[in-house]
Amino acid sequence: MKEYFKVSTKTIVATGLGAAIFMLLFMYVKVPSPVPETSFQTAYGLSGFFATLFGPIAGALISFIGHALSDAVQYGSPWWSWVIASGVSGFIFGFAFKRTNVEEGEFKGKDILTYNIIQIIGNVVAWIIVAPVLDILIYQEPASLVFTQGATAAIMNIISAGVFGTLLLVAYSATRTKKGSLSKK
Amino acid sequence: MKLFSYNTVDTPIHCLSGFTKLLCFLLLTFAVMYSYDIRVVLLIMIFSIAILKVSRIQFSQIRTMVIYALIFIVTNAIISFFFSPEMGVEIYGTRHRIIKLVGNIYLTQEQLLYQVTKFFKYASVIPLGMIFLLTTNPSEFASSLNGVGIPYKASFAVALTLRYFPDIQRDYRDISLAQQARGLDLSHKAKFKDRFKNSLLTVIPLIFSTLDRIELISNAMDLRGFAKYKKRTWYTSKKLDRQDFTAIGISALIFIGSLCVSLFINHSRFYNPFI
Amino acid sequence: MNKQAIIEFDHFSFQYYSQSEPTLHDINLKIYPGEKILIIGPSGSGKSTLGHCINGLIPFAYKGEITGTLMIDDQNTKDLNIFELSKMVGTVLQDSDGQFVGLTAGEDIAFALENDNIPHDTMHERVRRVAQMVDMQDLLSSSPFELSGGQKQRTSLAGVMIDDVDILLFDEPLANLDPATGKTAIEIIDDIHRTSQKTIIIIEHRLEDVLHREIDRVIMLNDGRIVADMDAHTLVCSNLLKENGIREPLYITAMKYAGAKVSCDMLPGYISTLKTATCNEALCTWHNAIHEKTPINDKSSILKMDQVSFSYDGVRPVLQDICFDIREGEMVSLIGKNGAGKSTLSKLLCGFEKEDQGIIRYRGEDIKDKTIKERAEIIGLVMQNPNQMISKSLIYDEVALGLRLRNIPEEQIKPRIEKVLKVCGLSPFIEWPISALSYGQKKRVTIASILVLDPKILILDEPTAGQDFRHYSEIMEFLVELNKLGVTIILITHDMHLMLEYTPRAIVLAEGRLIADTTASFVLTDAQVIADANLKETSLFNLAHMAGIEDGTAFVQGFIDYERKLKNR
Ligand SMILES: Nc1ncnc2c1ncn2[C@@H]1O[C@H](COP(=O)(O)OP(=O)(O)OP(=O)(O)O)[C@@H](O)[C@H]1O
Ligand SMILES: Nc1ncnc2c1ncn2[C@@H]1O[C@H](COP(=O)(O)OP(=O)(O)OP(=O)(O)O)[C@@H](O)[C@H]1O
Ligand SMILES: [Mg+2]
Ligand SMILES: [Mg+2]
Repeated sequence: MKEYFKVSTKTIVATGLGAAIFMLLFMYVKVPSPVPETSFQTAYGLSGFFATLFGPIAGALISFIGHALSDAVQYGSPWWSWVIASGVSGFIFGFAFKRTNVEEGEFKGKDILTYNIIQIIGNVVAWIIVAPVLDILIYQEPASLVFTQGATAAIMNIISAGVFGTLLLVAYSATRTKKGSLSKK
Repeated sequence: MKLFSYNTVDTPIHCLSGFTKLLCFLLLTFAVMYSYDIRVVLLIMIFSIAILKVSRIQFSQIRTMVIYALIFIVTNAIISFFFSPEMGVEIYGTRHRIIKLVGNIYLTQEQLLYQVTKFFKYASVIPLGMIFLLTTNPSEFASSLNGVGIPYKASFAVALTLRYFPDIQRDYRDISLAQQARGLDLSHKAKFKDRFKNSLLTVIPLIFSTLDRIELISNAMDLRGFAKYKKRTWYTSKKLDRQDFTAIGISALIFIGSLCVSLFINHSRFYNPFI
Repeated sequence: MNKQAIIEFDHFSFQYYSQSEPTLHDINLKIYPGEKILIIGPSGSGKSTLGHCINGLIPFAYKGEITGTLMIDDQNTKDLNIFELSKMVGTVLQDSDGQFVGLTAGEDIAFALENDNIPHDTMHERVRRVAQMVDMQDLLSSSPFELSGGQKQRTSLAGVMIDDVDILLFDEPLANLDPATGKTAIEIIDDIHRTSQKTIIIIEHRLEDVLHREIDRVIMLNDGRIVADMDAHTLVCSNLLKENGIREPLYITAMKYAGAKVSCDMLPGYISTLKTATCNEALCTWHNAIHEKTPINDKSSILKMDQVSFSYDGVRPVLQDICFDIREGEMVSLIGKNGAGKSTLSKLLCGFEKEDQGIIRYRGEDIKDKTIKERAEIIGLVMQNPNQMISKSLIYDEVALGLRLRNIPEEQIKPRIEKVLKVCGLSPFIEWPISALSYGQKKRVTIASILVLDPKILILDEPTAGQDFRHYSEIMEFLVELNKLGVTIILITHDMHLMLEYTPRAIVLAEGRLIADTTASFVLTDAQVIADANLKETSLFNLAHMAGIEDGTAFVQGFIDYERKLKNR
């Protein structure tokens, strides 16, 4: 478990650059949804991917920093409750770290299932519990509104992390090499 | 392409250290976020607009942000009314009807106060954020995060994000152009669904080349001794001077004032003129 | 030399985790304090691997199996961690952009001190002092976007020197630098060596450029083994360079063409020490015997720029008043210093950016209103970085992408792809995932994916950067074949050898202006153009002077013609 939360230089760099791509996706590669103030964000597919490769700390920070900075750039100030929820979702996605064989070059049936169960738990906790509760605690928003928004966000982020994240993981596993597998012809 | 259009202007706000600005930003934001007292909120709003003036930020610099933020707040106001027109009544415990809208939805004085307060609450945070973003040198940002108690590794991750975001944005554009040159249609002529799918085709090579880059950068950082000790110093940190202490003092007073109003005068986060 | 080695490899081997065989075999090497060493060898021979062993990235970042010992400063590296090693060895990696981690030059230089908890004031003082050594003191608050490639390189240099290490290791410091900046980099390294007596290790493909200043020993690797360890004079006299696929200095090639025997007593390792007295006659005779005129291309114009100007931000002009005319079937080089606007020019041609003023004509017709997609039917651009172009995981799909997007039926696609993969020498890999390819092969995949679209004009941005001589020759010979088939080719390059050898004509940019459009041999002999465009005189020109040949330009041209005849082109 200790290894899970170990922060190496690589984790930090992955966090910094991951957050930069997260911002880019968050601002430019999204589809608006019918429920106001929510949209289909490909960025959560990215955070699922990075969290699986680099662990919960990287996952949490990527989504937190990426979301906070893009809010700041677009609106002048972050919407803290959702920024925190983003961080929580990334953190939970990180539990897929070392639970799949993606680094060994295999990401098939069971691995896909593991990753998706974790990402669904992460999204549900973050968007149906954390985000609305914080909205109510911090901003005193009406409960019915925030739970509706939360549920919509959960569904869309599950799709994003599920489809886009899985796609990235499969593509990544194809680039991994096994021990002693490379030889000259 | 810079992330924030920070530029050096000689104003008292620009001269403050990044640490001071971050701390003041946090204190003031918490002050407005906590209080649901329209008087406190308006005072802070006036204060923050005054600071915006002092820091000589041009409207052109913040126009897009203002538009986005306004759209956000207005939508929020409308939908939260329709989702819970009785929220004000619940909070303040009384019902003063003003006008009947549709069905049995009434506009009440309580709802109006709740929503107006909320409107200004959100609106007053935004100038604070803009001042912070536009007057803080990005280089000082990481050291000030570390200064307010964020672990230095996390602070450095933020510095890396600021450093590499423009690179990544440029790469994204280049990749997208290269794809278009091979026939990928990203223009407005293409169907929305295709456009979305095609923009994903651009993102994938971007992500994979970034993974290579992560390896390179982390090697370079290891070779220069990153994370050797539990602490690190910062080239860009500044010593605090009298102005910094004054600014922190003022913000702290506002923060404590806002808390005191809630605790001792209103006895709740809400200011209730109805009883 | 001092008896006590500072770096000592003893029967050292290394095998990467994913490899089935060792990458380094039984290395025995001693390097003494204050020595300046050059490591050369073909691509994939293990040069960087050797460097990683010295600076500790192996085994810290790259896992694998080590046998034998490596002692640095009398300590076994097995017992050291990367932080302890970083106190002894400073490394400048190849990609100066990648290791530029600070938001400004000053921060980047200070990075190692920050990690060492040096107090703020001492840190600023030391940064200022080191910045002065590399002449960066006025640019400390510039961001990486505002710095040229050379300035970034200086920053990285300052960043490792600040730590006061004993050993400096440079992995391909010259890749991506323009010739003059590369020359300056070699001079700075040499000055540091002279004044500080540090041990210096340089890994580089560009042998002749490194030999601009003196080197104590050259070590040659091939296939993970040391195949030569000698001084520069002995090395260039031997056949080792040719045998191991490394380009010998041009002046040596010229002397060999002239039938002169190159021997160690001529001190041929450096052009500055070379004594040509014994072969002057041979050179003159050889020179006078060549009379061949470069054929004049009188085909009609295919691409013409007419007073084109462009700026990214509307304030600072990047290109001003560019006029040139390229004829059908030509092969042209576009050269100039870092940041001169070469890549920008290629983007204008492809419609990635729109010119502010002026007209671009294709066969006389203004192409202003053509979209990126329409222009792509005429002009194909192979970008500098292959990773920016590859979006599929299989070679076949990658090459097919453009055709599929044009809705060409699958049964027509297949033969076209097979043909183009064959031309690019990629047929054996048709089923391979792209991730299993080397950098040079990836580059060829991107070329194939553009070629399959049958462009009339092909623009290649730095096609040979970081490639060894063999791959370099492969790519270039292949481009010559294409050119023979009638494709007009524009090469953007910093490699002056390439320009001389393959393109009769060169267009030179400096500060966004076109300063020369003439024969390649003339460009590299004209002092004014060389100075304005950050180029470097070719050593052939110096050789001509030493041999007492008046017209250096004619000598260079003669060399090119002779070589072309040899290769039967
Ligand atoms: N991380 C790695 N994992 C597995 N194999 C590797 C790794 N890095 C390098 N290799 C292999 O080791 C061999 C030597 O690589 P190295 O990078 O040392 O070559 P080089 O001489 O520096 O070449 P170049 O001139 O192209 O930089 C190559 O065959 C390469 O495929
Ligand atoms: N997307 C961009 N936005 C703003 N400025 C840019 C952009 N791309 C390049 N520039 C600037 O335009 C100038 C010319 O850049 P360009 O990339 O064309 O140079 P180059 O001749 O290709 O250099 P190199 O040899 O280093 O590749 C540089 O000063 C660069 O900083
Ligand atoms: Mg190498
Ligand atoms: Mg370029």
